[in-house]
Amino acid sequence: MIPDPWLPLLIVLSSLLTGVLIFFVGEEQHRTRSTLNLVGAVAKLLLVGVMVWGVFHRHRYETRLPLLPDQDFVLRADAMGMLFVGLSSVLWLLTTIYAIGYLEGSPHRSRFFGFFSLCVTSTMGIALAGDLITFMLFYELLTLSTYPLVVHRGTPEALHAGKVYLKYTLTGGALLLVGIVWLYNVAGSVEFTERGALAQVSEIHHPALLAIFAILIAGLGVKTALVPLHGWLPVAMVAPAPVSALLHAVAVVKAGAFGIVRIAYDVYGVEFAARLGVLKPLSWLAGVTIIYGSLRALAQDDLKRRLAYSTISQVSYIVLGIGILGPVATIGGVVHLVHQGLMKITLFFCAGDLAETLGIHKISEMNGVGRRMPWSMAAFTVAALGMIGVPPVAGFVSKWYLGSGAIDAKQYWALGVLAVSTALNAAYFLPILHRIWFRPASGEWPKPERDGLETRPTLLVPTLITALLSLAAGLFAGAPFSPLGWAKLIAAREYVS
Amino acid sequence: MTGISSVAPWIPSLILLPLAAGSLSFLFGPRSSLGLVAATPVGIGFALIQLLLEFNDTGLQHYPVGSWGSPLGIEFRADGLSLVMLGMTATVGIFISLYALGYFSGEQAGGVWFWPLWWFLWAALNALFLSADLFNLYVTLELLSLSAAGLVTLSGEWESLAAGLRYLLAALAGSLAYLMGVALLYGAYGTLSLELMAGLIRPEPANALAASLITVGLLLKTALFPLHFWLPPAHGSALPPVSALLSGLVIKASFYMLLRLWFEVFPSALTPVFAQGIGILGAIAVFSGAWLAFHQEKLKMLIAWSTVAQIGYLFLTFPLASASPAGALTALSGGVYLALSHAMAKAALFLAAGAMLKVTGEDRIDRLEGVGRHLPVSLFAFAIAGVSLMGLPPSGGFIAKWLLLDAALATGQWWWAVVLILGSLLTAAYIFRVLRRCFLAPPEHAVFHSVPVVMPIAAFSLAGIALLLGLTAVFPLRLLEKSAPYVAEAAIPFTVVP
Repeated sequence: MIPDPWLPLLIVLSSLLTGVLIFFVGEEQHRTRSTLNLVGAVAKLLLVGVMVWGVFHRHRYETRLPLLPDQDFVLRADAMGMLFVGLSSVLWLLTTIYAIGYLEGSPHRSRFFGFFSLCVTSTMGIALAGDLITFMLFYELLTLSTYPLVVHRGTPEALHAGKVYLKYTLTGGALLLVGIVWLYNVAGSVEFTERGALAQVSEIHHPALLAIFAILIAGLGVKTALVPLHGWLPVAMVAPAPVSALLHAVAVVKAGAFGIVRIAYDVYGVEFAARLGVLKPLSWLAGVTIIYGSLRALAQDDLKRRLAYSTISQVSYIVLGIGILGPVATIGGVVHLVHQGLMKITLFFCAGDLAETLGIHKISEMNGVGRRMPWSMAAFTVAALGMIGVPPVAGFVSKWYLGSGAIDAKQYWALGVLAVSTALNAAYFLPILHRIWFRPASGEWPKPERDGLETRPTLLVPTLITALLSLAAGLFAGAPFSPLGWAKLIAAREYVS
Repeated sequence: MTGISSVAPWIPSLILLPLAAGSLSFLFGPRSSLGLVAATPVGIGFALIQLLLEFNDTGLQHYPVGSWGSPLGIEFRADGLSLVMLGMTATVGIFISLYALGYFSGEQAGGVWFWPLWWFLWAALNALFLSADLFNLYVTLELLSLSAAGLVTLSGEWESLAAGLRYLLAALAGSLAYLMGVALLYGAYGTLSLELMAGLIRPEPANALAASLITVGLLLKTALFPLHFWLPPAHGSALPPVSALLSGLVIKASFYMLLRLWFEVFPSALTPVFAQGIGILGAIAVFSGAWLAFHQEKLKMLIAWSTVAQIGYLFLTFPLASASPAGALTALSGGVYLALSHAMAKAALFLAAGAMLKVTGEDRIDRLEGVGRHLPVSLFAFAIAGVSLMGLPPSGGFIAKWLLLDAALATGQWWWAVVLILGSLLTAAYIFRVLRRCFLAPPEHAVFHSVPVVMPIAAFSLAGIALLLGLTAVFPLRLLEKSAPYVAEAAIPFTVVP
């Protein structure tokens, strides 16, 4: 069957075009801009729906254009990519609604939404990239399109954050480029294939492949915020809440983690990577990052900073899932890509609700806020419990599979990491929940609007939806199109042998 | 070799059209500029496309002037490399012409002399890229330098007069060295034709001297470190459309000649020591240029120092292309592609800077606060061109960097890969130093003037083309494969490697 060349391109173009058009929309034409945003997001969601259905039934989608005389620009839909595409397109729609509400009345909105769309375009490209050079193309575009979002407010702190962000990410990108060019030199053009393509490379090149793996992981590790390359993430917290939400749940951090997933599964192939001996160090690195991030999170009083350190810790679960060899751990790691996204975006939405409605930025100011904003705080509670791993929220499913995978692979130290990290997660989330629900309110807050809602509906509705989604992903984990069902499909395709 | 494959009129029209435009503009003054801008680029574009089509059909194009071929007569020749350079000149030229229409529309000084000098400069560039012998190259290079020096002084301010004079002296010294080298070669072989010389030349001491004289002369004109001293004041103080011409096109002419001569005419003299030496000078230029660019107070000086750094990059082609035959094609393509995308990006930067400076009325980077709200298109042009300079995808600069990195790693010269990577990070540092300013709110008392709309659009178009070069690299790269240096390369015995 001839692969369909249009759908992948259309999915990327749907947000690219939206972004480009938004740049031309006048600052005051809010209605036009919002319509454009929503039409783009909904259109993309529909296209993605069609493609998910197709990939499930093993239809092939591939866009191939010549980039260099011997290299192609390839967009291709496979099971792994669809997981990320699905996550991004759902969360883009929700974050767009949220951002429209959040930025109401603030300046430079055309610039913001333009780059916002470019950012999602890059994420789509990263997810659909069929080879490393195409991946690289969108990976760097992501750096460039998030920078204006990070410095959006134009304050000295924002500009400083932007500078730190660029220093880290551009250096990471440069390393990635070196790794990719070197790999192309050793192995020829490398396309992503299930179970990897490098096992055939001759024995002489194995030391080079080892070094390349290290360089690639170092390059991708910056965006994944692996310790010690995580320094940019807490600083970048100055960005507006929807940007933080996007950065942590969908775009930047996930792009890095997804890149590592691609390198391990679809370039090297996990079994070959294990033979090279690179998976062990990778899983140790992930273990260190998980513990370190949780420890640092404990000490933060700023809500967004605590969430940021929590992200550092949680994203490395995905990497840990790769490092523990075996299909069960793979399911746990890959599914966490989606689960962490749903739960973390909920938490950031809630942080934004608190900041926008009540001006709360610090955890110490959150006493009794559950009575003033019960719905938002209920969402926060669901997501926080999910992060700890309490059933039936999605996070439990990830941890369950990671743990069983560790036992299957006889890597009991990983089980220890999971246990310690769960305890730490509880230690930094439960006190917040206690403050929210059980402590008396400490200050006077602005009264709710006349309609009785605790905050603007554009802020509240996306928050509730993502909270429900993280609950549903856990409750209905057995359904065929749930994230878990899809992760099982991926694991089946990666471990056929 | 001297067989006449074509006598179609496209080669001479490429030279005569801008020459005629220059003469008309000289006679009728600035009134004629609108008509000439409407007509000349269209003519040049048409001739270029026709030439390209014939080249695709029949290969290498020769044009003997007055039907006298080499070795006696003047001969023009077009191969893949020439066509790429001609295309680059035409693209940049069209947008600079449009921009200049807007720029000189008010009471801006210099409009009277800009047009004739610019048309002559275009003619000189086209003739240079089509020349097939050493003396013809000399004549066109001289014409190019003279019109360029004239253009530098247009604003009439003391600063640019001094810079122009210094530029003229440097250019003359360069031409003199080149001419002496050519004279030595002519004395030894009795021919000036590139093709004939390529077959005859032997590694002898006299030839080494001739090659050194020619190289030093051309390096001075290309402003490779440490011969770059004349460039920043000249490019930084000239009017913006002129700076765009100088940085985008003029330095590429002498770089083109160096590539031509070293890889087509005397590749046998290209020793590893010489190639690595040139590369080291290039690396020093990359680092020192970027460092100085980062520390400039004036926007145009920043861009001018960036040119010094980017010239350094171009010369990495030499060690990369000469190390082993395996990497030669990749490295040469990378070098030429870098020149091509730098031409678009750097011209866009200068044009965007020109619009921003006209708006703020001052050439200072810290005056750019809030300029984005008044000139969003120019700011975008600046940003996109910056992306290409940094070598980030998708842009022509990325493709060039990819090819050069590929060549560096394929030939095991990892140290040049390090230079390439560090250089692009430094580029990012100075580009973002400008861009971050634009996110700040403008001061209360800031006054913003308006500019003709064609200026930002011209800048944006060139930046967009620099970006598109990252997605349409296959066509120019295939064209480059059909260049005389590669053909000559194939004639050297060591290229036959399984």
